[in-house]
This record gives sequence, C-alpha cells and structure tokens, in this order.
Amino acid sequence: MPRAILYDSTLCIGCRACEGACAKRWGLPYNDKVAAEETISAHKLTTIVTHGDHFCRRLCMNCLQPACASVCPVGALQKTALGPVTYDAAKCIGCRYCMQACPFQVPTYEWSSRLPRMRKCDMCSARQSGGKLTACAEICPTGATFNGERNALIAEARSRLAAKPDQYYQKIYGLSEVGGTSVFFLSAVPFEQIGLRTNVPREPLPMLTWRVLELLPDVVSTGSVLLGGIWWITNRRAEVARKEGPHK
Amino acid sequence: MMAGVPKRLPRITVWRAIFAAILLSGAYATYLRVVYGLGGSTNLSDKFPWGLWIGFDVMCGVGLAAGGFTLVAMVHIFNIKQYRPVLRPAILTAFLGYLLVTLGLLYDVGRPDRMWHPLVMWNPHSVMFEVAWCVTLYSTVLFLEFLPIVFERFGLHKPIEWIHRISVPMMILGVLLSTLHQSSLGTLFLIVPEKLYPLWYTPVLPLLFFVSAIAVGLAMTIFESWHSARAFGRALELPLLASIGRVLAVAMSVYLWIRFLDLLHRDAFGLLLRNRTETWLFLLEIALGVVPTALLYQARIRRSPAALYVCAVMVVFGFIANRLNVGITGLEAGSGTHYIPKWSEVAVTLSLVAIGFAIFRVIGQYFPVFEAHSTEPAPATREVKEADPLSVG
Repeated sequence: MPRAILYDSTLCIGCRACEGACAKRWGLPYNDKVAAEETISAHKLTTIVTHGDHFCRRLCMNCLQPACASVCPVGALQKTALGPVTYDAAKCIGCRYCMQACPFQVPTYEWSSRLPRMRKCDMCSARQSGGKLTACAEICPTGATFNGERNALIAEARSRLAAKPDQYYQKIYGLSEVGGTSVFFLSAVPFEQIGLRTNVPREPLPMLTWRVLELLPDVVSTGSVLLGGIWWITNRRAEVARKEGPHK
Repeated sequence: MMAGVPKRLPRITVWRAIFAAILLSGAYATYLRVVYGLGGSTNLSDKFPWGLWIGFDVMCGVGLAAGGFTLVAMVHIFNIKQYRPVLRPAILTAFLGYLLVTLGLLYDVGRPDRMWHPLVMWNPHSVMFEVAWCVTLYSTVLFLEFLPIVFERFGLHKPIEWIHRISVPMMILGVLLSTLHQSSLGTLFLIVPEKLYPLWYTPVLPLLFFVSAIAVGLAMTIFESWHSARAFGRALELPLLASIGRVLAVAMSVYLWIRFLDLLHRDAFGLLLRNRTETWLFLLEIALGVVPTALLYQARIRRSPAALYVCAVMVVFGFIANRLNVGITGLEAGSGTHYIPKWSEVAVTLSLVAIGFAIFRVIGQYFPVFEAHSTEPAPATREVKEADPLSVG
C-alpha cells in the first residue's frame, strides 16, 4: 500500500525537530545558522516556514504522477509503488529540467559543486521500505507530521476537518493538486496564507507533454510518406521535362 | 567578418580587437565554469534553473540553424532548383549551429561528462530525451550533408558517390528530425502551465516553434548571403534572395496568424491592457514580426538589398525575442524571482557566436561553399547586376 505524509499546520509548534532529523538522515550539517534559513536548498531538504502565527513545512510532495520523473531525460527520477519519488544521482546529467518542471519548486541543485547533484526529499524511501517511519514523522513531538498509509491518512485528515470545523480551513491540500500528491497539508487558514501554491493545475502535468509526444510515431510515419511522395512527384516531373525538352 | 582577411583596414582591426576581447572574456568565463561550477559562473538559482545558456545558446541556436532543413526540403525534396546557390551556406550554418549548441550544452549541463547518458538510459516520456536523440541524429545527418563539400575540395569523387546514393532517405530523415525537435523545444515548456506567462503559454507552442523556425531559417539565409557577399566580395544573388523574401513573408504571415488565432481562442488579448514588463516584451516581439512581414510584401523592399537585409535582421531579432521570452523572461514572474545573466554567461554566449562567425568565414574562404554546382550553373544568379554596390564587399 502506498505511503504518505500528513502535515497538520494547526499542530505544528515550529520546533524544527523535523529539520534536524532530516539533516541527520541525509548527513548534512545542521546548526543555528541553517535553522534560520527558511528556504529549502541543497543543504536543507525540508524547512519550517513562519507565516505570522502559523507554521508551514516545505518538502517534496512526492506527487502521484510527478512532472520531475516524466521530464527526466535519463530516468534518474522514479515514482516508486511505495510512494516516494526517488533519485539516482549516478544517472543524472544535470539538465535541471526537473527543477523547471516542478510546480512546487522543490528540486534544488548543488550549484557550487564541481560534480553537482540535484537534491530533494525522497520521503525517506529507504527507511520506509524497511518498515520505518520517515525521519521527520518519527521525531515530531506533536504529531504535526504524520506518516502512514495514504488512504488511512486521507481518512484521518477528513475526520479532523469534521471533528473541529471551526479550527480548520475545510480543505485538504494535496488531494487534487496536480492529480494528487503523497504529502497532505491541513491548515487553519486558506492555503495561500501559509505559502502553498494554489494556482497549480488539478490535472497531472505529465499529460501536457505526453499528449504531444505520443504523436511522434504518427508524425514520423506520415511525414516519411508525404516527403517521400513529394520527392517522387517533383523529381519525376523534372525527369520528364528533361526527356521531353529537346523535342520542343 | 570577424577573423578578417589580411587587409590593413582599420575597420577590420576593430573587429579583430572585439573578436579577441570576446574570446578572452569567454576563456576566463570558461575557467570560472570549470573551477567554480555553475554557481561561480552563472546567476542561476533553485527557483530559476535555466538561463541564457538554454534560452539563447540552445533555443535560439537550434532555431537559427533551421535554414539547413528548410532549404534541403525546398531544393531536394520539393525540387525548387532555383534555391540551390544558397543551399550549401545554409547547410554550413546549420552544421556549425548544431556544433555550437552542443558546445554550449557542455557549459550548461551540470555533468557534461555524462552528456551521452540519454543515448543509453531511456525515458520515452521525456521531451528532453526526444530532443537529445533528435539533435544527435540530426547533427550526424548534417555532417553527412556537409561532407561532400569537404570531399569536393580535395577532389575525392568516390566518397561523394557513396553519400549521393543514400542522400534522398538521409535528407528526408533530416527534415523529419528537424520537424520533431524544432517543435519539441516548444513542447519542453508545456509542462510549466502555471509558471510561463499566459501570453506565451499555449498548447500550440510546438506548432508555433516549428513554423517560426522555418521563417527564421529563411531570414538567416538572407542574412548570411548578405554578409558573405560583403566578406568574400561576391555578387549578391539578389533575384534569388528577393524570392526567398517572398517565401519568408508568407511563412511569417502564417506564423503571425496562428499566433493571433491562439490569443483570440484563449481570450488572452485582455492581458495586453496590463501595464507589465511582459506586455511590453510581447509587443516588442510582435512588432519585430509584423513590421518586416508587412514590408516584405512590397516588391520595392524585396528588390533593395539594404531593405531586404534589414527585414531579415528584424525577423531574426523577433525570433530571438520570442525564444528569450518563452525561455527566460516569461518565466520570471511565475517563478517568483528575477534573473539577469552574469557577465560570464554573456561572455560564453558571445564567444560561441563569435566562433561561429569565424569558422563560417574560414570554411567559406577555403571550401567550395559558395560556388554554384558545376553540374547546374544556377540560372537565377547569373543575371545579377555587377554594379550592385554590395558586390564590392
């Protein structure tokens, strides 16, 4: 069964324990200076962002139909059956199309490295396939970040919305965004007020390019016949003209 | 023009000085790129991962080289022999263009040592994968289309015959590959509906990219004929270029009309009432398309070398404006950031352009690029008035 993460902004106290656990899982340095950075980057794959009285987390949404995986020319990014979108740095050529394509601007790059890699949260793919929770969910002291089966988390989110209708903005972010994601957000205020992008399409993005790409065999076969035929007609005409020329 | 023939004219020396300055700055930028990575040589960021090296070097480079497939189709497939004299320069431009695009990609890609990966690690769902394959195959086709010029130079007739035997399927393949990847450069941006400004984001981007590539290929043919006439002291093939100007006017009209219909059907004209940078960039781009198209419909303009040249240059700049708008400026607002290329990005781009001019010049000088074919002494070119001021060079 596919796994997912539910982040409930109303339970988050902004302690940044998830940031520290994530840094540890990736072997990245974590200190006060890094903690103060409220943006994700190649050395900070998740972050808590402060929006007035509210907190929000930034991490890879691990979309059900990820744009990043569809655009990668070498298939370095893969959507796994378990839910995480994984990255194989050994394949990556560094074209950064995944970064351009991601509607959530999640993938980051090791800009100053001579042998750079793309970096992003992979929902602790290795830990989860070993039956463990994601590092961020395991350490979260308030249950704001919750890791479990995707369907169970949707049910849980719905029951929270129903139980306390006045405390929640009555929507689940991630249910329909780009055709659904593996990370859900609950919030007390409309999502754009905690920095989530609400202008993303409801349909899966890979469809947008695939609709054109799938025409390729048709274009090639029709084009060959058409161009070959035109060549045959026009050169035949020249041939005839050459032969008939002297008689005129 | 850049690497001038040894004439002791001060104008040439200025060009040479500029050429040397560009290459020196390019060399230093290359050093920065190698030692300090993309971070030390570009203003790219996590929010803005593609800049000048994609927006100009790749997207404009590939488009400006489109004259190769357009003229091959016209001369060899549609059998319009009158365009033969400009075929070889167009193939040379295309071949150099693709080499420079590849060179530019070595700068832009994070791991240039792995440029070959898409050839063995497949993802057929990726537009980039398709572009990588098409560009690789088409560069090979261009190499084969260029080879006869080299063989002819050294009097090797046997290999010319070999290539001649496969030339028809090869040329058809070349036109198909070009159709695919010229349009695919537009398809690349279909994945960013919420980032690309709606004046440019449209489901018909692939079609628009294809038609505009044909148009700019023709404009580049006029452009390079004009420049090589000056550089090599040849007569300008004016009646021929005037006729290409006519085709260019039609191609541009088709392009602009599709553009108009697209904006109309998407109800996007209202966007023009907003006082935003995008509106002005869009209007500039469209003006650079509409003005030369309208002018080229007049015989008086087509018959004047200077006016024809100015029209071609406007089309080229309009094309560049369009590709930069789609690849860079149209993405800024949606990405929530601002991007201005670093000096080293500009230096590398200018170096690539300068190298292109220089190699074109050298090959044009020492290889049979401009002579009419011995078998068919292109009739249209012979009538050119020798009094043409441009033939003096």
